Amino acid sequence: MSHLNNITIKIWRQSGPADSGRFESHLIDEISDEASFLELLDILNETLIESGLEAIAFDHDCREGICGTCSLMIDGRAHGPERGTATCQLHMRKFSSGDTIVVEPWRAKAFPIIKDLMVDRAPLDRIIESGGFITAETGGAPDANLIPIPKPVADASMDAAECIGCGACVAACPNGAANLFTGAKMSHLNLLPQGQAERFKRAEAMVETMDEYFGSCTNHGECEAACPKSISIDVIAMMNADYLKSKFKNRKSLSR
Amino acid sequence: MHPSSFGQMAQTISNERGRGPVSGTAVGKNGKRKPFLIDFYSTAVGKKYVMAITGIVGIGFVVGHMIGNLKAYLGVINHQGGRAYDVDVYGEYLRELLVPILPHGYFLWIMRLGLITAVLLHIHAAYSLTILNRKARPVKYQSARDYQIANFASRTMRYTGIIVVLFLFWHLADLTWGWFNPGFEQGAVYRNLDASLSRVPVALIYIVANIALGIHLFHGVWSLFQSMGWNNPRFNQWRRGLATGIATLIVVGNVSFPIMTLAGVIDYDATAVTQLEELSE
Amino acid sequence: MSINLDAKIPDGPMADKWNNYKAHEKLVNPSNKRKFKIIVVGTGLAGASAAATLAELGYGVDAFTFHDSPRRAHSIAAQGGINAAKNYKGDGDSVYRLFYDTVKGGDFRSREANVHRLAEVSVNIIDQMVAQGVPFAREYGGMLDNRSFGGAQVSRTFYARGQTGQQLLIGAYQQLARQIGLGNVNLYNRMELVDIVNIDGRCAGIVTRDLLTGEVSSHSAHAVVLATGGYGNAFYLSTNAMACNATAVWRAHRKGAAFANPCYTQIHPTCIPQADDFQSKLTLMSESLRNDGRVWVPKSADETRAAADIPEGERDYYLERIYPSFGNLAPRDVSSRAAKRAVDAGQGVGPLKNGVYLDFAEAIGRLGEDVIRERYGNLFEMYERITGENPYQVPMRIYPASHYTMGGLWVDYELMTTVPGLYCAGEANYSDHGANRLGASALMQGLADGYFVLPYTISNFLSGLLNKPIPDTGHEEFKKAETAASDRFKRFLSIGGTRSPDYFHRELGKIIWDNCGMERTQQGLEQALSEIPALYEEFKTDLRVTGDGESTNQTLEKAGRVEDFFELGMLMCRDALTREESCGGHFRAEHQEGDGEAKRDDENFAHVAAWEWSGDPMAPIRHQEELEYEVIQFQTRSYK
Ligand SMILES: Cc1cc2nc3c(=O)[nH]c(=O)nc-3n(C[C@H](O)[C@H](O)[C@H](O)COP(=O)(O)OP(=O)(O)OC[C@H]3O[C@@H](n4cnc5c(N)ncnc54)[C@H](O)[C@@H]3O)c2cc1C
Ligand code: HEM
Ligand code: FES
Repeated sequence: MSHLNNITIKIWRQSGPADSGRFESHLIDEISDEASFLELLDILNETLIESGLEAIAFDHDCREGICGTCSLMIDGRAHGPERGTATCQLHMRKFSSGDTIVVEPWRAKAFPIIKDLMVDRAPLDRIIESGGFITAETGGAPDANLIPIPKPVADASMDAAECIGCGACVAACPNGAANLFTGAKMSHLNLLPQGQAERFKRAEAMVETMDEYFGSCTNHGECEAACPKSISIDVIAMMNADYLKSKFKNRKSLSR
Repeated sequence: MHPSSFGQMAQTISNERGRGPVSGTAVGKNGKRKPFLIDFYSTAVGKKYVMAITGIVGIGFVVGHMIGNLKAYLGVINHQGGRAYDVDVYGEYLRELLVPILPHGYFLWIMRLGLITAVLLHIHAAYSLTILNRKARPVKYQSARDYQIANFASRTMRYTGIIVVLFLFWHLADLTWGWFNPGFEQGAVYRNLDASLSRVPVALIYIVANIALGIHLFHGVWSLFQSMGWNNPRFNQWRRGLATGIATLIVVGNVSFPIMTLAGVIDYDATAVTQLEELSE
Repeated sequence: MSINLDAKIPDGPMADKWNNYKAHEKLVNPSNKRKFKIIVVGTGLAGASAAATLAELGYGVDAFTFHDSPRRAHSIAAQGGINAAKNYKGDGDSVYRLFYDTVKGGDFRSREANVHRLAEVSVNIIDQMVAQGVPFAREYGGMLDNRSFGGAQVSRTFYARGQTGQQLLIGAYQQLARQIGLGNVNLYNRMELVDIVNIDGRCAGIVTRDLLTGEVSSHSAHAVVLATGGYGNAFYLSTNAMACNATAVWRAHRKGAAFANPCYTQIHPTCIPQADDFQSKLTLMSESLRNDGRVWVPKSADETRAAADIPEGERDYYLERIYPSFGNLAPRDVSSRAAKRAVDAGQGVGPLKNGVYLDFAEAIGRLGEDVIRERYGNLFEMYERITGENPYQVPMRIYPASHYTMGGLWVDYELMTTVPGLYCAGEANYSDHGANRLGASALMQGLADGYFVLPYTISNFLSGLLNKPIPDTGHEEFKKAETAASDRFKRFLSIGGTRSPDYFHRELGKIIWDNCGMERTQQGLEQALSEIPALYEEFKTDLRVTGDGESTNQTLEKAGRVEDFFELGMLMCRDALTREESCGGHFRAEHQEGDGEAKRDDENFAHVAAWEWSGDPMAPIRHQEELEYEVIQFQTRSYK
């Protein structure tokens, strides 16, 4: 275990949605390289409180990279410099003494800033509510082994289902698009036999809800690089294909 | 701050009244739909399909056009009893396509109309997506971004696109309508080409524009597979190579014309061919 | 409110009780269901599944979570898996065996009837989750795969990579989202329950604080369900998420709900050891790792060599040695204490000598690195991210940490607390795990409660309230509670002391961990019971909360939660002090066999301790629900 010295944190402060916000700099004399990045913020907050100042608001919860609550833009990268890693699992050993670390909230119209580094990601929930589910009301399910699912299919579905809903894809996307999130959520269900009945209804509803809030995809690939679960942009292609088909299939079944 | 102004921004934006429960967010979403194409085009994903399809049309045209132009290197051939530049004959052949089903020149116009529609759609989609994307992040990041994958090509699509469209106008005005072409002769492709490209500034315009086109396609060809939903783990690895290949082909082919003209390889010689007047005699 | 501990266990033989109950409970006619309003607090596995199912049935549901989205509840973090008596492996599993394992694993301190019901519905859970699209691990033939887990001799654990909790919660959340989208559930997010209100002897609703605006408001309903998770964060350092807290159950307790067995807390044997003082939480490495990893420490306390350089003969594979039949899969409490003994004896490993090795070298040699990567790849990556060490090359270092709380609000067979109309589900209740929970059984219990138990039992209560209006939130009881809640938060802001809520939480956690953690003694507990109130006094005068009460203020939120941990901490220690035996997660050093094994006292302690709030956190009133074992005979829990 060793220490880093003289870390400057340039961090965004904004008292509320109406405030225009500004960067604030703080010097951290010494920090262990075993500390996580959020623990660095904890320590900073503790000193702020002790000197009578308001603590920096930031979202976080599990600190295990699974709940998707943490959400920081660190040095121009969503979730910071380590690939496939959420902010809460980023450790100080990825930085060096003397570094200036710039921390901003995620920015998108769909993610208004609530306070400091905290944003509102509710539109991601709206996408799920519109169709990101399999209608399977409690009680009537057949035996779980009735429909075998080939392992590669289950695995591919799981690859997509790993999405933690943090919104890093939107934050990292130069266009503020949520295609990776929506694609992942859709592919998870559309790949499974259980998801087939509603497949195209789901595709249409989710894409069109996404459209109400987010930008469009230029296939930059930034989302995949920022994703803490490294979800592949293949899911975006799958979503696009299903959306096109949905336009034919849904109309056809409607006319029945 | 006033709670209701907060509510509109904050967590659950269910109604104008501010913070309240979220409910019924998916109700009434499947209302009446517009006619198929308009409906499809109304979403960003639909627009990207249109961009990709019109892009493919564009690629088809650009590649075809370039291959046709390569005929400039074939020089003079025997044609209808006289001698003519191969490209000129090719130009005439294009006008004759599908004759007698269609009158002379009609098919070329249909192709041109198709191309114009494709270009207009491509531009419209590009424009509206650009606006959409701007709106999707009204407040920019206040610190420098550190992009990982997004490259120069992907991030400059709209600029390389604009360069290409401007060039397209110049190109038509120069070689189709002859506005800027000294001594322009309708149908004398080889002559007009030489007359235009032997001017160094014009040659530079061609070179820059085609490099821009190459950059556009370097991302575009890769990207269209995603947009079209053509994703197959077995073939995905070829997408990058294909894009690089097509972009290089176009750039090398098209840039060769101004360079070869300046180098004197393409050099119009009125005496080498049978002039129109001579033929008609 | 008087405390009535009648568990209302249905008649009939054990295996028929649940069916008998369902056959005779009172129902609510479908067209009447929409006349009822039910509040569900918490959107973890228990809350989301309950809210979705109740809404599907036609009840009006208001769901509350302090998270920004229901999908962030701490259930998301569960890694290892979920049990079900499917017997897909044909290895001798059955409802009875799962029932038996759970009662035995719980060290004979759980209610047989509840546990049997849990084992019965476990099979429906898997069916339900697969139908909803949970991508459980499959075998090549397409059938569901299983792994084995501590405390069981059959393979009955279903899993989705190392993210089972995530996948199950996403499944339940999607069902909830569907009901929100359809308008059948009103979701209040970033809203924290800060009080419970009773009118006319039954629960009438809740008081909440909006975490974005600080606004305090009331919500009323015919019934209230608390599914607010466990209180493991009382220890400060635990594997729980940062925001997990006891406020909801504690506020309910103060309003008359008995708190059962608060001292039953589970320490998980496989967590990454603490690296430093400022550490904010501990990370669990799934217990499934023990399927292939071997636990050992150097035989000598003076060992300084790197793990790989220590010859086999100088290693102590202590679990395999002491518990030959279960070996590395010995139950959690047993393996945790064994690790503590090794570390206390100075055999600990790592820079702070505060861990034991979990070694995969043998498994990698036997199965190859690819198989290990396939099974645990993401866990290994997580370990490397946190520690900077590569577990394919050097053994992991692990140490026990607070992980789960078996104690919780006392509930009867219907999951109703001692307050009529107030239900409690999931980790928040005391019900099925007795003194110790088996791995992969919490997810099962949360989903059982929410999907398959509450929707039945709640109608039995509601049917009696038909055509009774939803209580009025203008009622003076609501107004009183609102004022009290507002005053409480204003008080935190006005103390103007010098220390942050986190400081107090850390200090409190240390006291509880040292004295009411893996090993408890009378002396330690008494000491804790004098230290906690002293620290609490300091909290009341020296707390500093900066910022204001009208916008997001995480420091203020934390202050309220820490205050509740203070009072709960006192109850935990008191419960531990009065339970003069060792059982499951509760190990009293005074009560052990010669070989250090727990010594249970079935004569005097085969009961649930249900505590009543007296108004003074230091003087709670103890009640007992005697536990009767009809089917399974008491026996010493031995895993040797
Ligand atoms: C790291 C880890 C790994 C685990 N692995 C396993 C495993 O492999 N298998 C297994 O079976 N179990 C496992 N468990 C245990 C299991 O995950 C939990 O016991 C279970 O998920 C709890 O579910 P719940 O629905 O009761 O509560 P939670 O999921 O904790 O949900 C609590 C909900 O209540 C809300 N809430 C709480 N208080 C309030 C309030 N005052 N106001 C408003 N809302 C409130 C929260 O917002 C949240 O929505 C694990 C636990 C941990 C910590
Ligand atoms: C006429 C002027 C042009 C403009 C303004 C323009 C603009 C753009 C823009 C902005 C994009 C990216 C859209 C996005 O993903 O958000 C794009 C994509 C593309 N363009 Fe163009 N472009 C033009 C001409 C052309 C031409 C002539 C071709 C073909 C030779 C072409 C082929 C493509 C292709 C293949 C794509 C990728 C489509 C996809 O991602 O699916 N473009 N164009
Ligand atoms: S805090 Fe849960 S993912 Fe980072």
